[in-house]
Amino acid sequence: MKYINRHWKDKANSTWMLVCTGIIIVLPFVLIIGLYLKSALLFEKCSFIDLIFSKEWKPWENKFGFAPFIICSLWVSILALLLSAPVCLLTAIYLTHYAKSRVLKIMQPVIDILAGIPSVIYGVWGILVIVPFVAKLGNFFGIHTTGYTILSGALVLSVMIIPFILNVLIEILRTIPEELSEASLSLGATKWETIKYVIIKKAFTGIISAFGLGLSRAFGETIAVLMVVGNVVKIPQGVFDAGYPLPALIANNYGEMLSIPMYDSALMMAALILLVIVILFNTASRMYIYRLEKYR
Amino acid sequence: MEPSGKIKIQNLNLFIGKQQILKNINAEIPENKITVILGPSGCGKTTLLKTLNRLTDLYENIKISGTVEMGNEDILHTKTDITKIRRKMGLVSQRPYPLPMSIYGNIAYGLKISGHTKKQFLDEKVEYYLKVTHLWEEVKDRLKQPASALSVGQQQRLCLARGLAVDPEIILADEPASALDPVSSMAIEELFTELKSWYTIVVVTHILRQAKRIADHVIFMYLGEVIEQGPAGEFFENPKMEKTKAYIKGAFN
Repeated sequence: MKYINRHWKDKANSTWMLVCTGIIIVLPFVLIIGLYLKSALLFEKCSFIDLIFSKEWKPWENKFGFAPFIICSLWVSILALLLSAPVCLLTAIYLTHYAKSRVLKIMQPVIDILAGIPSVIYGVWGILVIVPFVAKLGNFFGIHTTGYTILSGALVLSVMIIPFILNVLIEILRTIPEELSEASLSLGATKWETIKYVIIKKAFTGIISAFGLGLSRAFGETIAVLMVVGNVVKIPQGVFDAGYPLPALIANNYGEMLSIPMYDSALMMAALILLVIVILFNTASRMYIYRLEKYR
Repeated sequence: MEPSGKIKIQNLNLFIGKQQILKNINAEIPENKITVILGPSGCGKTTLLKTLNRLTDLYENIKISGTVEMGNEDILHTKTDITKIRRKMGLVSQRPYPLPMSIYGNIAYGLKISGHTKKQFLDEKVEYYLKVTHLWEEVKDRLKQPASALSVGQQQRLCLARGLAVDPEIILADEPASALDPVSSMAIEELFTELKSWYTIVVVTHILRQAKRIADHVIFMYLGEVIEQGPAGEFFENPKMEKTKAYIKGAFN
């Protein structure tokens, strides 16, 4: 009797776990299907390719071109990654290979604090500090700008994604066995040569995935970016131009424009595009890692 | 007076934090012989080995006093160019850690770092040292493949070849057979015996039988101290200290 009871419990528990895992697997598909159904109205009227590549955003004329938003989002997040990736990599190397372990212990909570700051606070900080700074920088180069630019968005974002990238990088660098460094050092390599030729090479796939994660985070970040980026619908020509990223489009307009069915549908479409691009980033970096690992 | 050994260790004390790992070590490592540092786990053998090429630099909170002399240089002196010293000592670690590159790349790495870039020179060296370690026949058709694809035993021989390629005078081996199957570990032992005419070899082990098979000279350690040292025959046949007798009988390990 007791045995049956235990056996039954065992079965029940494993079933629950399976159900939970199932929910998590289904979730993204439910999201995509939901967004697709909501944006179906727009799909009926216009072709997908037109929507993606068209530059015209005139909702009152039923012209919905997403190109300015997509391109602006790409600008902001790639620029943010370019700014923060080297800083993160050098910091992670320093913390794991040069600093005393006490320094890492102090840094860890600092990184967590950075990660925990609400994004609206980053936005306010951006308006107060980064926007005026970028305006001055623009003037220095002889460009007249208010400071509400792609560059401001990228700068704010680059700080926001630091903790995510840095934490992953530290974890990855710590998994590399010390004996590997010892092997390289005993062949007469200096510490820097060891890091350059051995440690980074060994950690390369991990480093790429850390950057991929940062890029995905940057791409989806909404509030802080929309507060400093200017929100002007146009294809940016340079970093001192204003722009209008995808998430900002949704956040700024959702709720107000629901009375216009096409507009509502267009915003859902924007959400769908956002989701798909983030998934593409993730898949691409995953495939890249898979390929590298196979040939290593 | 000229030091008679290849390496001469004098009054070596080593602390990590407050814990004393090595206690007043005095020892000599003779040239062109296999010296086995023998002793139970945790007695400081590996730390002593790592002191010889100052890999102890990687440890935190470490305090060393005493001297380790090779030729006329004090290895422990902070002014000593440690990369040059390390190049004179090939390291073979407990498990093989191939560098994340090809089989060829692993052997060429040390040479490239010391400034050799000519392909022909590198090719010759790679072939030569793969032959020395009896790997050439097994890997000659796949030199460009990642070293991680080799078996553990092959990797260990590759790591040895990699160390030999930078033309060291000394080979330091830290329980080189502990991760290997009996056949591979025999292969490594035989290699050491072949190589000792050209190199001074230091092997750390806690396996008594292995020590008996390969040692010419033994340094026996217990709890951070050198208990007894001397030529292998004398050490195993006629040990002087009680601790040594007990250890050789297998009373503890």
